[in-house]
Amino acid sequence: MERPAHDRGGRPTDEPIDRTEHELADWQLLTDALVGALIRRGAMNVDELRHGIESMPPEDYERASYYERWLFSVETTLTEKGILAPGELNEAAARGV
Amino acid sequence: MSHDHAHDHDEITTDGEPEAAARVRALVELLVAKEIVTREDVRRGVDWLVSRNPADGARLVARAWVDPDFKRRLLEDAREAALVLGLDPGPSPVVVALENTPGVHHVVVCTLCSCYPRALLGPPPDWYKSLPYRSRVVADPRGVLREFGLELGEGVEVRVVDSTADIRYLVVPARPEGTEALAEEELAALVTRDSMIGVTLAGTAPT
Amino acid sequence: MAFDVGQRVRVAEREHAGHHRTPGYVKGKRGVVVRPHGAFRNPETRAYGGDGLPERRLYLVALEQDDLWPAYPGPPEDRLYVDVFEHWLVEDS
Repeated sequence: MERPAHDRGGRPTDEPIDRTEHELADWQLLTDALVGALIRRGAMNVDELRHGIESMPPEDYERASYYERWLFSVETTLTEKGILAPGELNEAAARGV
Repeated sequence: MSHDHAHDHDEITTDGEPEAAARVRALVELLVAKEIVTREDVRRGVDWLVSRNPADGARLVARAWVDPDFKRRLLEDAREAALVLGLDPGPSPVVVALENTPGVHHVVVCTLCSCYPRALLGPPPDWYKSLPYRSRVVADPRGVLREFGLELGEGVEVRVVDSTADIRYLVVPARPEGTEALAEEELAALVTRDSMIGVTLAGTAPT
Repeated sequence: MAFDVGQRVRVAEREHAGHHRTPGYVKGKRGVVVRPHGAFRNPETRAYGGDGLPERRLYLVALEQDDLWPAYPGPPEDRLYVDVFEHWLVEDS
């Protein structure tokens, strides 16, 4: 069985480790804090967060940035739980809510 | 510049922000409106995150360097030791401190995601979360350490620690030579974030 | 199953389609228990909204790098430590 995209240990790669540092952007802090709040409120747990990230199609997983993965996972998980309606976030984002 | 409709704090949409930025803001609004979280929950989360930095971890290490009894406590239960110093060890139920010595060098990774002792070190650097670090440090740690400017001899046992569960690992770097006269605060200034991940030694400037 | 410090173990070579926290590169590999961490809710069921009970014991296991990689570029004393749940470990003679 092929290893899932998130299981990286020992994967052959020539990619150098980019050591450039970035301060977290406001939206990244917001994503992080939102996940923390959802977990503290019991709306989801950290294992659901991780599983949601792991459920990304491999190409998307590799292309997405760190907090984009978190956002994908939150939307997927909350939609599965019926907290968000399918497509509700798309509509809200498009409206510029 | 344009402003979104009224929020409790400035929300300025700038060019160059990824789509994710507007998306998470919309998500927060939805979830607040649905009363799944409150705005205060989120604000407190941001405040906590920005308050985190490696100075807390450095205090633990410096105290362990000067106080052998504290070091023993730290190595036995780092979460408890942090509480003793009035520090926030974070939400993880277990924090383990790994001592680097002349004979053993630990370096930490989370190959499956990005687990990291954020409460004591602040948010992890991008490279720690990156795919190449996660792939390469387990299979060729000495090569990765070399990229960070650290060459270890064959007589040193390199131990890569893959943080796969709820345990958070903090490296206690070796105390640099010639620091006997330094006060605890001065010692803490030598303890860098990278030395507490294990990719460099304490007292080393970034290369 | 409970393990003692110093006990030789082998990581199960299981396929597991769902969420689990045993990395592929250690599956099937032999090691030694170096630290017991206590018991924790099982992420494999928590990930699907379950309560994760019963708790499972978690162990820090030391593996030899030479065993993990065909041409490991380092001395034979180098180790890879990984946290593994009890239900992913079996006794190794």
